[in-house]
Amino acid sequence: MQLAVNILVLAAIYALIACGYVLIYRVSRVLNLAHGELMMLGAYMLVATASAFSMSPVMAVVIAALMSLAVGGMVYLFLMRRMTGEMVLAAVLTTVALGILIRGAVILIWSAQQYHPRAMLGWGNPVITLPGDARISLYAALLIMATVVVYGGLFLFLRFGRWGMRMRAAGQDPLLAAQRGINLHAVFALAWGLSTFTGALAGILIALDSGLDSTMVMIGLKAFPAALVGGLDSLAGALLGALIIAAAEVGVIRFIDPLLADVVPFIVLIAMLVIRPWGLFGTREELDRV
Amino acid sequence: MSKPLPSASGHFRRSYADEFRLIETRLAKTSAAAFALVLLVFPFAVSPFYVDLATQVFLAAIGALALMLLTGIAGQISLGHAGLLAAGAFTTGILYKEFGAPFWVTLPSAALAGALLGVVFGLPSLRLRGLYLAVSTLALHFLVVYLGGEYETRRGFSTGILVDPPVVFGYEIYAPRVWYFVLLAAAALTLLICINLMRSRSGRAWRAIHSNETVAEALGIGIARYKLLAFVITSAITAMAGALFAYYRGFVSIEAFSLYLTIQYVAMIIIGGMGSLLGALLGALFVTLFPYVIEGAMAALPGADRLAGSVFAVNYAAFGIVMILFLVFEPQGLVGIWRRVRNYFLLWPFRQTALGERP
Repeated sequence: MQLAVNILVLAAIYALIACGYVLIYRVSRVLNLAHGELMMLGAYMLVATASAFSMSPVMAVVIAALMSLAVGGMVYLFLMRRMTGEMVLAAVLTTVALGILIRGAVILIWSAQQYHPRAMLGWGNPVITLPGDARISLYAALLIMATVVVYGGLFLFLRFGRWGMRMRAAGQDPLLAAQRGINLHAVFALAWGLSTFTGALAGILIALDSGLDSTMVMIGLKAFPAALVGGLDSLAGALLGALIIAAAEVGVIRFIDPLLADVVPFIVLIAMLVIRPWGLFGTREELDRV
Repeated sequence: MSKPLPSASGHFRRSYADEFRLIETRLAKTSAAAFALVLLVFPFAVSPFYVDLATQVFLAAIGALALMLLTGIAGQISLGHAGLLAAGAFTTGILYKEFGAPFWVTLPSAALAGALLGVVFGLPSLRLRGLYLAVSTLALHFLVVYLGGEYETRRGFSTGILVDPPVVFGYEIYAPRVWYFVLLAAAALTLLICINLMRSRSGRAWRAIHSNETVAEALGIGIARYKLLAFVITSAITAMAGALFAYYRGFVSIEAFSLYLTIQYVAMIIIGGMGSLLGALLGALFVTLFPYVIEGAMAALPGADRLAGSVFAVNYAAFGIVMILFLVFEPQGLVGIWRRVRNYFLLWPFRQTALGERP
């Protein structure tokens, strides 16, 4: 039972991060390798707001998340907008460079020490005992809820929302979408903003649960196989992919070798690339379009 | 024609023998001789610190040239370069530690391990393109690094493997100046191999694959064969660079082969200029010297010393900014700048570039 809960928590983390990769890839065909860093930046935003808004902790969390939304939009407007129409490699490498820049800047501003935003906000982290004698911390439970809410919201938004429809259109055919009067730059900026927002949400909740330092980037990178296993342009795929990766990782830690933990997602990724490169729910033609 | 004529020089080839000459014009001959002379005198004219720096540049140049063949010429994206370096270094370290193998055994073994790994890295390239290929090489990087780490912990070398200086013909390569010449020779040899690959059948095939795979196949080029060949050659050279790195440092630890190292090598070929061997050399020089320049600048600037505790963070940030600036404003890299400057002086007082010459 405890094993199932562990898998579920890890899957929720990966899924919440992976939807950021999927959003950006689906809309603009760019793989954002700075996602882990952007997510970490979101968590550090909370450190900044926590000391500024020590009166109202909820306010601090909300403002940190909203700031990440703005950061994501600005990353597109000031940087990635210039890379539209360039080689795929150039765009990906720009995100890599952005990632290094953020990593350096974060350490410069906040130093390399470990932070505990939960203590800064004055919140506790009670352990909830579930039926079947499984234990889960409050923030891990919140993480699962956040994942459900975010995915539900994204499904509704993409299916019925006016801007969601525009995003799908831009992803299917940017040229036709632009011809129909859709402001592509606004749509792409929105995708980057939403992606960073969900990533930061994951980062903030992980930081609240277990503290924050620059190793968080690795979690962001490990979530990437989840997105690819499910299919880079499919949200439902990201959910399933996260579950597969999390199950593999927790299983290996429990039964084989804890040292393998950091590699398992990538082994699953290689296996998937050999069998079915476009992922479980991905569109097959994507391979030739990149 | 396998390579363009020297630009605006008034030089033309009149026989087939001219096509095969490495150095064509008198200006090229004199400048190459002068450059060689400078390189030979350099270690005797400066302090050991600069000799070490130059040696690092040569080492980086070998890896950058190899990556340029794969990514810049053949167009196959790889984010697993640090993994290949690690494979070479660990082959050397393990063979030395377990069997006491000499230099003449470890270096070819490293090349062989690299070539085998190159096949493994290259196999996905037969099915995958672009992003997906980059991702699969990235995944393989983590796998190699894990295996190296596993070896370290299992055998109790958790801090790293110590490697003694190599002995060649009864002579121990230890002194910095000796290393300087050894690695200079290695880099020069790599450059020669790369130049010859570029102007032979394989180089033409790679460039054709890079421009358009379908057309290349229609021309009768074996896509699978040449893609794998690119991966194998690159990996073998890179693994040998890794082996030399292990000997030069005298120490192998998996910590040294992080994702950041891969990014540094990729940055070398971007900053240097995609598709040009000269670019790989310039990029290796730039990226290797960059942290020292930053450090020097921080020491010189007033008020920067409060950041002294986090030099590496400043490095990261500055490196990211420089990479972004090159990607956005100068996609041709340092070579693009060099070509513009050269053409300006070659054509002065006119402004027009020669027909068919890139601006």
